[in-house]
Formats: sequence, structure tokens, C-alpha cells
Amino acid sequence: MAILDQGPLNYKEQLPPIIHENYGKWRYHENPKPGVLKHVSESGAELYSVRVGSPRLVSLDFIREICNLADEYCGGYLRFTARHNVEFLVSDAAKVEPLIAALGERGLPVGGTGASISNIVHTQGWVHCHTPATDASGVVKAVMDDLYEYFVSSKLPAQLKISLACCLNMCGAAHCSDIAIVGVHRTPPRIDHEKIRKGTEIPSLVASCPTGAIRPNPKEKSVVVNDAKCMYCGNCYTMSPGMEIIDPDNDGVAILVGGKVANARTNPMFSRMVIPFLPNNPPRWPEVTDAVRNIVETYAANAHKGEKMGEWIERIGWERFFTLTGIEFNAKLIDDFIFSRETFRTSAAFKY
Amino acid sequence: MAEKRTPQLDELEKGQWPSFVTEIKKAAVKNEASKELLHLLERSYEEKRGHWKHGGIVGVKGYGGGVIGRYSDLPEDYPNLAAFHTVRVNSPSGWFYNTKSLRTICDIWEKRGSGLMNFHGATGDAILLGTTTDQLQPIFDELSEEGFDLGGSGSDLRSPSCCVGPGRCEHACYDTLEACYNITNQYQDELHRPMWPYKFKFKFSGCANDCTASIARSDCAVIGTWRDSIIIDQEAVKAYVAEGLNIQAVVCDRCPTNALKFNAETQELSVIAEECTRCMHCINRMPKAITPGKERGATILLGGKSTIVQSAFMGWVIVPFMKMEAEDDFQEFKDLVERIWEWWDENGKTRERIGETIYRLGMTNFLTSVGLPAVPQMVYRPRANPYVFWPEDEIKK
Ligand code: SF4
Ligand code: SF4
Repeated sequence: MAILDQGPLNYKEQLPPIIHENYGKWRYHENPKPGVLKHVSESGAELYSVRVGSPRLVSLDFIREICNLADEYCGGYLRFTARHNVEFLVSDAAKVEPLIAALGERGLPVGGTGASISNIVHTQGWVHCHTPATDASGVVKAVMDDLYEYFVSSKLPAQLKISLACCLNMCGAAHCSDIAIVGVHRTPPRIDHEKIRKGTEIPSLVASCPTGAIRPNPKEKSVVVNDAKCMYCGNCYTMSPGMEIIDPDNDGVAILVGGKVANARTNPMFSRMVIPFLPNNPPRWPEVTDAVRNIVETYAANAHKGEKMGEWIERIGWERFFTLTGIEFNAKLIDDFIFSRETFRTSAAFKY
Repeated sequence: MAEKRTPQLDELEKGQWPSFVTEIKKAAVKNEASKELLHLLERSYEEKRGHWKHGGIVGVKGYGGGVIGRYSDLPEDYPNLAAFHTVRVNSPSGWFYNTKSLRTICDIWEKRGSGLMNFHGATGDAILLGTTTDQLQPIFDELSEEGFDLGGSGSDLRSPSCCVGPGRCEHACYDTLEACYNITNQYQDELHRPMWPYKFKFKFSGCANDCTASIARSDCAVIGTWRDSIIIDQEAVKAYVAEGLNIQAVVCDRCPTNALKFNAETQELSVIAEECTRCMHCINRMPKAITPGKERGATILLGGKSTIVQSAFMGWVIVPFMKMEAEDDFQEFKDLVERIWEWWDENGKTRERIGETIYRLGMTNFLTSVGLPAVPQMVYRPRANPYVFWPEDEIKK
């Protein structure tokens, strides 16, 4: 019989001795080289964290392998970061380089600290979700292979966070990332009256549409969709299996940029759409990797040191961003949803 | 099942970034379902579409959440994926693990599941990816025997998560790990038995760097801060000067409120404490010389969520400063969230996140109902339109 409501493991039993001893007493940290953090406590104790990229979708063998490494080099302790990296917690400075060598032998990249591109926060995609407009793991792999040099170095103006969500539900962090890759549909749902009659709650389905495109259809005991009002978000499909929206020929990916969550210097910002559509082109998604690389390189070449993507763009102006990146601006990028007015330029100050 | 080729996925074993295809192949050696997953995914790559059926309600006895049911839409071709459910395991605060705990999960999952996992899901749970309905209860029984519990799903409190906090960060303004653990335990019922209009997420960040992205990714963000002044160590400032840091350009000129003054002659840095918005920039640039103040607590922000339905919201301030003390069991915080949940439970529509409920009914209504005073820290600027609602009892009869 299962024990109910016992909650997660107690974190105190999962901390290495050096953290118990210096809990809340950390004095400062340094980033001696890409992927390595050194935290020094008031007592002078030194903790090295070696950060390692992970595909997030892993096998038992992967977890057991990192456990073996943690046993050998870290007294049996490790942690994961909020961006799905693995961190080995090394209290013996002499073991840092041997650990890095052992990771290298296994093809595990050390990096993701400082002004780098760390891991891509991402979702389930075709591996396990029922509403995706694109895959997650495949796109992430293609983009990280392409930008690998930026994971293992920290040569960008500031840290650059990339996220991917395989549909507009935007699980994860796509709405608040320096660069976001988001799966999008471009065709309205196809109504299956039979499926809707079998157990869909019509009022909830009607209420699920952000633009009010769905109306009840009492004659059919189902619904009708006003295609002209539908912007293909897929939320109705989330509510009902009778609203199929996946369309292999027209699904693809949009790119958003300039979001941030930290409060340093400037307030948190949403990511903004700059490319409304790129095709799904598995297994390597070349249109997506090219677009992301172009944005990264233009930013790296133009932003001031310490400036986040969104801060850079707000400083130079979005019109300049489009000029510098060569990305074509079109009407699809102009907001026409409920909070749109605040995004219009209510000023005569702008650049040509 | 006959051997099939996976040319597209094989392509994704090349390149320097660790490959998820290699991981699926490792699992496929020991597990039929993982093997079929590889082939199903290859088919998705050919057809450019997913092959999972809509929804699926499965679970374990005693709980209403924690398991995501999933069924392939091609069960004849992939019989071992006919059911391929996900189990969410609540992770320890800060994602710290000893290897014994991780191995325990692996052993149970090897016996009863696909061998594939996500470390971690975006909300923070350890995700066990793919098992059959009959295995769910045994998996939960064995996990719970070893001290694990399931995470949240559905219209409930989702698994809270937190940054590394005092475990390894000099910026932490409260004990994020303890707060996350304590509050998760307090609200086990709300987490395991969905009873709300929609989901509700907590994230705990130790300072305004917000390493858990709480402001954007949780309905209730608890962001560490201080109420007095940053503390400046002048000797350490001089050491930064000696190292060649251009304090004026890199630190003072980028302070959003112009609160920092650097005297190039004396090499002294000073702050106008009441002008500082505690954005963390100067502390991030000079961690050896500047630390958060002594009077520490947290800012509570409400309403963060992603796009659906009304657009993405960032959380906004509802309490500028609150003590977050383990000694008093985080009581003030718990009292507040219970009042908030009561109001939302009463007023929220089906599948309406709390941010949208407040947006629909108004901040005035919300603040009055949960007993919070309106303060200027809640807004960037006051309203520009004059469309003010007046309660009847404030009007002369
Ligand atoms: S949020 Fe602040 S306290 Fe927490 S890990 Fe980030 S910098 Fe440290
Ligand atoms: S914390 Fe931010 S606002 Fe405060 S003094 Fe430092 S840079 Fe300025």
C-alpha cells in the first residue's frame, strides 16, 4: 500500500556535507572557466560546481552513469539546474580537472555558465504530447549542435536564454526568453461532431477560444467555428478531441526574441515575435537553425557588453533590429489581440 | 516487431550536443516500448506530425493528479505504445540528489517502465516517461515505500520549485529550499487532489535575479529581497579597481535609478538607499564588494502565466515585503495564500488562471476580498482614464 501525502524527499538528506556546513554562509562566487563555478564561504570553504549539458530526455543508463561519476568525484552528490543541466558538486579542488576529463571522454559538454548559451528549456513534442505543432527534442538538438561553441564558451555580451515550446500553450519559458522557438498551426480545427457529442462540455469548449470564434450548434449538439476569427491556437483541441488541428503541411515554427525574467537593470520583458512562420523540416530544421544563428550573431556583434538581447533591442529600437538582422517585417508581427494598443508607436521619434 | 530503420533520427546522433536519440536507443535495448517509441518518432519525422491520442485519464488510488495518461493513435502498429503514461515524481528542493535516491528511481523504473525519463519537467518534477496502466499503482507503491511522492497535475497546486538559494548562493535573501519543502508539505492535499478552477504554481527565488523565472512561470512568485540598504565593503571595492574594473561605466552608469556614486579619487562607492530598487545589477557585477541588506524577506507577485487564454502575464506585486521565516513556519505567507485560494475558488471560472480572474474582476475587488492594502508599489503608474468605481458606502446618501 502506498503512503499518501508524504511529500518530496527531504532536501536536507540530499545535500553534500560541504553544503550542510556552509548553508547560508556563502560569501562570493567566481567563474574560473566556462562551465565551472567556484563558491567560497565565510569559513573559506570552496565548492566547485561543474555544469554539464544534458538532452533532458534521458535513459536510465545516463542517470546511472552520472551517478557513478558523482560517486567517484563528488562523494555521491549532484544536482540539476532550472535549465535541465547537471551540476557535479566537487568539494575537492584536485578532482575538478579529472572530472572534466572524465566528462569529456563520455562526450558530455561542460559549459552553460556566464555569458553563454545555456541549455534550451523545452517540452515534449512528438515524443509524448498530443497538441504539438512541432517536435521539441529534435529542434533543440539541431539548434544546440549549431550553437555548441556558445555553450562551451562565454563570449557573448550577456547570458542568452533560448526556449522552445511545441505549441501555443507555451509550457516552459518561451514567453520570457532571449530567443523563443514556438510551434504554431496555420489552419482552423476540423470539427468532428460525433466526438464532440461524446462527452465534450460545450460551454467550456466555447469559452476556451480566446477570440470567440466558437459558437454552439444546438442542431448538431456540437459547435461551429468562424474560420475568419480563428488564429489556430489549438486551445479548443486541448478541451475536446473533436477539434483536430494538427496539419503536417501547414504546422511549423515561429521565432520570438527579447524576453527576460531577471530584474537587473531593466524590468522583466516578454519575448516578441519577429518571424511568424518557418516550416517543419526534420530532422535538422535548417531554416530554424539559420534564423536563430543570424539573431545570435547579429546580437553578439552589436550589443554592448553586459546587455541582454531585449535591452539591446529596446536601446537601438525594433526598427533597427529588423535592419541589422535583415529579417523582413510584415503585418503579421503587428499585434491585433486584446492588449495590442500599447505596442503601437504613439510617438514621432523613430529611426529610418 | 520487425527491425526498421530510422534514418532521420540517426542523423540526430551526429553533432556535439548530447543526443536524445542515443538515449532512446539505449532504453530500446532493454525495453520494447522504447524501441517502438523510436520507430513511432521516426514516423512522426516522416509525416511531420505527432501520433498521440487526445487526453487520457489515469491515476493512482487516493490521488486525482500526478499521472498524465497517453495513448498512441496507432496501437495496431505499435502495440507497446497503446498506453504510454507519464508519472510525475516530486523532486527535492533545488533538485539536489544523492546518488542513492537517483538509483532507487532508476531501479523501480527499469522494472516497471520504459527506462526513459525527463530530468526535469518544466515545473520541476522528475518525469518518468512511458508505462502501462497496470503498472501505475505498483510504481507508486514502490516509490512511496522509498520515500518519494508524486507531483501535481490538473487543476491543483502543481509541484512548487525553488532556486539553489542558501544551498549555494550568496545572494539568497531567504531559505528558498526550506520554504519550498515546508509549503509543499503543508499543501499536500491541494497538490494531490485537484479541486480548483485551474492549475496554480508556486516558485521560490532567493533574489531578483529570479533563477527559477518565477515572475513569468508561476501564479505566485516569491522573490527574495531586503528592506534596508545594500552593504558595501570599501576595501573590496578598491580591490575591484585594482583589478581594472571600470566601476563608473560598468556598475554606476547601468544602475537603473542612478542610486550609486563612485568617487574616483577616494575610490569609494556609496548608495542612496531609498533610490535603489534592489535590481541586483551592482551586486551581480561586484559580488565580493556588495551584498544584499540585513533586513531580508520577499516580494510576493501574483498572476504569472503563459499565453492561453488572454495572453501571457508577468506576475505583479501584491505584497512589497514579507518576512519569510522558517522559525514561524512561514505562517504569514500561508495565511495570505489561503485567503487568495478561497477567493479564487469562489470567483474563478473553469480553467481561469488566478491572474485572469483578478484581471476580470479587478484589483480593487481582489485586494478588498483578501484584505491587502493598496500601495503604489503595485503599479508602474496610476490609471490614465477616469472610469473609477465607487462603492456605495463611500457615497453620500
Ligand atoms: S534567484 Fe538569486 S538567490 Fe536564487 S540562485 Fe538566483 S541569484 Fe541565487
Ligand atoms: S541594486 Fe540595482 S538599483 Fe540598487 S544600487 Fe544596485 S544597480 Fe542600483
